[in-house]
Amino acid sequence: MASRTEALRRRYARRRVGGRIGVYAAAVLAAFLCAMPFLWSLITTFKQNRDLYNPRNNPFLYNRPATPDHLLYLFDRTAFGAFVWNTLWVGLIVVAITLLLALPAAYALARLDRPWASWFGVAIFLVYLVPPSLLFLSLSRMVVLIGLQDSTWSLVLVYPTITIPVSVWLLIGFLKAIPRDIEEQAMVDGYSRVGAFWRAVAPLVGPGIVAVIVFAFTLTASESIYALAFVSPTGEKVVSTGVPTELIRGDVFFWQSLQAATVLVALPIAALFNLFLDRFVTGFTMGAVKG
Amino acid sequence: MAIREAPPAATDPAATAAGRTTRSTRRSLADRDGALAWIFLLPSVVYILALVAVPFFLAIGFALSDVTAGDASYDYVGLDNFRAIFDDPVFWRSLGNTLLFTGVSMVLIVVLGKVLANILVADFRGKWVVRFLVLLPWTTPATLAAVSWLWLLDSIYSPIDWVLRQLGFLGPEQNMYWLGEPGLAMGSVIAVHVWRLTPLAAVIITAGLVAIPKDLDEAARVDGAGFWRRMFEVTIPMTLPVIAVSALFGAIFTFTDMAVVDVLTNGGPNNATQVLTSWAFLRGIDGGDVGQGAAIALFLFPLLLAAAIAILRSVRRMEF
Repeated sequence: MASRTEALRRRYARRRVGGRIGVYAAAVLAAFLCAMPFLWSLITTFKQNRDLYNPRNNPFLYNRPATPDHLLYLFDRTAFGAFVWNTLWVGLIVVAITLLLALPAAYALARLDRPWASWFGVAIFLVYLVPPSLLFLSLSRMVVLIGLQDSTWSLVLVYPTITIPVSVWLLIGFLKAIPRDIEEQAMVDGYSRVGAFWRAVAPLVGPGIVAVIVFAFTLTASESIYALAFVSPTGEKVVSTGVPTELIRGDVFFWQSLQAATVLVALPIAALFNLFLDRFVTGFTMGAVKG
Repeated sequence: MAIREAPPAATDPAATAAGRTTRSTRRSLADRDGALAWIFLLPSVVYILALVAVPFFLAIGFALSDVTAGDASYDYVGLDNFRAIFDDPVFWRSLGNTLLFTGVSMVLIVVLGKVLANILVADFRGKWVVRFLVLLPWTTPATLAAVSWLWLLDSIYSPIDWVLRQLGFLGPEQNMYWLGEPGLAMGSVIAVHVWRLTPLAAVIITAGLVAIPKDLDEAARVDGAGFWRRMFEVTIPMTLPVIAVSALFGAIFTFTDMAVVDVLTNGGPNNATQVLTSWAFLRGIDGGDVGQGAAIALFLFPLLLAAAIAILRSVRRMEF
């Protein structure tokens, strides 16, 4: 009897160890498959031309010493710096506009007890699914009409249409996670609704707002159809359109610099996103669940 | 987006009605809330109407006109643009490709997304690093991710070709021409879509997996159900609505994306990977024929509407 339980115990222990190894193997494989193109980009960035353009060389090794020349070229001789700067300031202004508009809207839908609030929230979310590919032609005519053609400001004007719907949806979720009693108490204490919001609610949704800022920023940084359709002068372009159009000149590819640009943009955004991933998941979940 | 037992108060019509009668005593406050709600909502609504609804109807107007980039005067031409695009075999090719890419990607995104979600909910050391690397494809701007793939699939220097040569699948000077052969190019475009959107699907499905009550899984475990049995008889049925949402997101983002095709193949070789969005862009912006471009882009709409309704339905199923 004792030996049987012992055997069973060992069998379970073995199965557990097997399971652990399986989890690690799967995790490493998944990480490799997802990161593979960027890994190749990273290796490429520091290669010399004579190393890179020899199909007989092992592409994963440095057959000649690594060089930072192409990385420096990216900053010294291309408009990459301008692209990054444009992406940054467009993103920041768009985030500001988004918060200014989305926060009150989300509050109205989450808190003011309108019977239509639920379907209104869903309707706003559905706007997020209307793609730039459907609207870019007429929007580009409108941009010409307003006189913002070929200016980065056209993107500042149009991007909030992408960020507001998602942000409203996320913020509804975060607001609903905060007990009503808190602001009701503040209102009993004599604050107006707006006052109660600023003093009692805003500090508590703070982390949620930060998450929305990150999300909205990454959305604007990723967009490319509008940016491609509205803006063509080099100095006005953003990263998502500038890198593929300006660093490829006809058939001449600055491969190392191109790949350096990809990695330099990809890593910080993913890191930022990773910090707030759990919060995005809760935000999306709460928005749907506590309808 | 998770399963819940009790219906939410605000969406349940009966509960809302009950709430309204109990609130009737402080009607004045409720009325003020109503005005406030509109004041708060108005800026967002106006912004979205002006820059989403207006251009949408403008697109319909353009599709029925002869507006070009050079000649902006509006002349109504009826269905001429539609007739012109129907006569063009490239349009049918694009429509077919759009549906094919979307369908195949959607299935792969959901299956791989489920697998990836299972990995992401497991506990292991170094999870932060794995999560970071796994998120890369989705968080990187699509055009830049495509630039990375463009180099990975290069016609001469692709490291995949090099590995294949080392393994003896390719001759010494041979290459696959991943983006040059029609079939391979289509496969490559699908692969990049799947690679880019699987992390998103995984994140959505993870949200559903986390919401499954722990005791349910434990009860199944105590009853002697193994990993696969628990997966197919507990986990998957419980997360079906979330899986449906991830499928639809995957479909919509593949369907409406232009960046991948634009950077990787520019529609080539010989329009083999042309999709509706890239074809509309080529016609409307590069070619300057706004009317035809708008007509092509409008073909996205009925299919998107169907997808949106499907999303709404599965979200509703989750709530009740």
